[in-house]
Amino acid sequence: MLTEAITHHPLFNTVKLGIKSLMLHKLRSGLTMLGMIFGVCSVIAMLAIGEGASHEAQERIKRLGSTNIIINSVKPPEEQDNNTSGRSFGITYGLTYDDASRLQFTIPNVTSVLPMRIIRDNVRFDRYQEPCQVIGTLPSYPTMQGINLVAGRFLSMIDDKHQRNVCVITAGLAHRLFPYQTPINSTIRIQNVYYQVVGLINETGTAEQRPQKGEMEGEPLDNNVYIPLSTVRSRFGETLVRRNAGSFSSETVELHQIIVKMKDTQSVIAAEKQINSLVRRFHEVNDFEIIVPLQLLREAEATKRMFNIVLGSIAAISLLVGGIGIMNIMLATVTERTREIGVRRALGAKKKDIVTQFLIETVVLSIGGGLIGVVLGVLVPLLVSVSTDMVTIVTPWSVGLAFGISGLTGIAFGIYPASQAAELDPIEALRHE
Amino acid sequence: MISEPKTIIDIQDIVKIFQVGEVEVRALRGVSVAIEEGTYVAIMGPSGSGKSTMLNILGCLDRPTTGQYFLGGENVAQMDDDTLSAIRGKRLGFIFQSYNLIAQLTVIENIQVPLIYQGVNLKDYEQKCIELAELVGLQDRLDHRPTQLSGGQQQRVAIARSLVNDPLMILADEPTGNLDSKTGAEVLEIIDRLNKQGKTIVMVTHDDDIAQRADRVIRMKDGRVDEDEIRDRD
Repeated sequence: MLTEAITHHPLFNTVKLGIKSLMLHKLRSGLTMLGMIFGVCSVIAMLAIGEGASHEAQERIKRLGSTNIIINSVKPPEEQDNNTSGRSFGITYGLTYDDASRLQFTIPNVTSVLPMRIIRDNVRFDRYQEPCQVIGTLPSYPTMQGINLVAGRFLSMIDDKHQRNVCVITAGLAHRLFPYQTPINSTIRIQNVYYQVVGLINETGTAEQRPQKGEMEGEPLDNNVYIPLSTVRSRFGETLVRRNAGSFSSETVELHQIIVKMKDTQSVIAAEKQINSLVRRFHEVNDFEIIVPLQLLREAEATKRMFNIVLGSIAAISLLVGGIGIMNIMLATVTERTREIGVRRALGAKKKDIVTQFLIETVVLSIGGGLIGVVLGVLVPLLVSVSTDMVTIVTPWSVGLAFGISGLTGIAFGIYPASQAAELDPIEALRHE
Repeated sequence: MISEPKTIIDIQDIVKIFQVGEVEVRALRGVSVAIEEGTYVAIMGPSGSGKSTMLNILGCLDRPTTGQYFLGGENVAQMDDDTLSAIRGKRLGFIFQSYNLIAQLTVIENIQVPLIYQGVNLKDYEQKCIELAELVGLQDRLDHRPTQLSGGQQQRVAIARSLVNDPLMILADEPTGNLDSKTGAEVLEIIDRLNKQGKTIVMVTHDDDIAQRADRVIRMKDGRVDEDEIRDRD
């Protein structure tokens, strides 16, 4: 019944007629649609690629936590070395335990403070050896960083209190160290101390968290060993001695990183300034940096907005060009079919019937082109993400937008030719050769 | 049995003036004609005599500058464009010299065109359209396109199309002008037959032989009716 009602609706017949008229000139209609196809396809594909790229960046920032403020120890510039430290070849810099407790107790709206020591070393098990980051931290680490346990448990308060030799390692490291056995309860060695593995976590390390960026290119990003902070303090000490050919240097750093978690995102921006002035008061040199993921996120979002505006204008231009192409062809069609218009008018067609007929042809062209464009626009990002490693995300709104605009373009650019057709004098039109 | 013949066309003192640049061209200078139902009228005249203008006004394609035109009792002289379109669609049938079928439509679809603009359900008229195609002898070519038909066949489709809305009158503008004499005669046969069945026919022609078939010959000259001859047909 419904299909009957649809197929007998006058509009259905007009659409059918429109398609028929367009099929009469397949090549011409196809070429006309190309403008629309490319327009819609490029909008969807470009937005998908852009969305994918910014999504990745935003994910990385979000992993740092939007309510977190990260303070890193930074080695001060070289020329100040001798002034800051009494020792001739060792320097002392960076964040201290005092900084951590001051942050905890003076900054308003702080929910927790997570101090960390990060030391580069090698971890061994049996005959396997892997370079790794030893991260001394507190039991609150996974909750603050939003990281999930894969197996076992994370470090506990009791581990910290008793300076236990236990550790949690990342799943990637576990896979490389223990290819043939369960890592839980196995014992790994760092320097000459043994640690029992109590849990596995899933983490993709982020560049921001690493103290010495230059040294780790080409290494796996997720070789992390988490050890109670107190254990790191007692096993590794605070001074790291590095031996190079013919010389050695030492660095004394209490904490490499402090993560401050705020109550909510509103308090983050204000807290950044307070933290900066508080930490600076107790540091003679500029030996720390503050990273606000929320700010990075805002910046990334602003960049994305810019990107979308640029894309949007490109898209608008290409759709405009497509629309002009359609209008051009429709004007030619009106001239070519003047006789037909005259006949239809003589046989009872009102002006608005003629307008509808030509408008529908334009809309069929643009929506047909739009549909093909949508299909291609969904396929192209798919192809891109298969052939390269880029992540692409086709958002439903971009499909809707591109398709909607193609339909509107059809109407906008169809009105003029259609009204030209309707305004023809039937007598003149009939006389037209 | 014999009832009083009904006047279906009554034009009174029609004047049509065209403005061509600065010049006023008086195409019709006061024409009055009444046509009764079932009459076969031929309009003749040299070019520039105003017969085309006359046909356009009779066909509601154009409005007279002054004067009255009653079509089936309705004064259509100064109706607006949409109403005139509706009148053409419901009351009139057109047959053109160059057939004027729509290229992208099949025979049966061409016959249906006037119905489309009356907003009727085409399904209800399918049988009627097929019968009309049979009437003009094209029942086995319903799905052909105009380009696949000869001139005579195309004109027969046009005749079927002019009948689909049961018009008060069929207006034919040199219907055999593009046909050879044999196929032209066939087309004229069909028109004769329609007239015998009671259809009112108004035909513009140059050809005296064709005009012989009509009941009444109106000769025009310089925008006026020059001669109005009512003939006795056998």
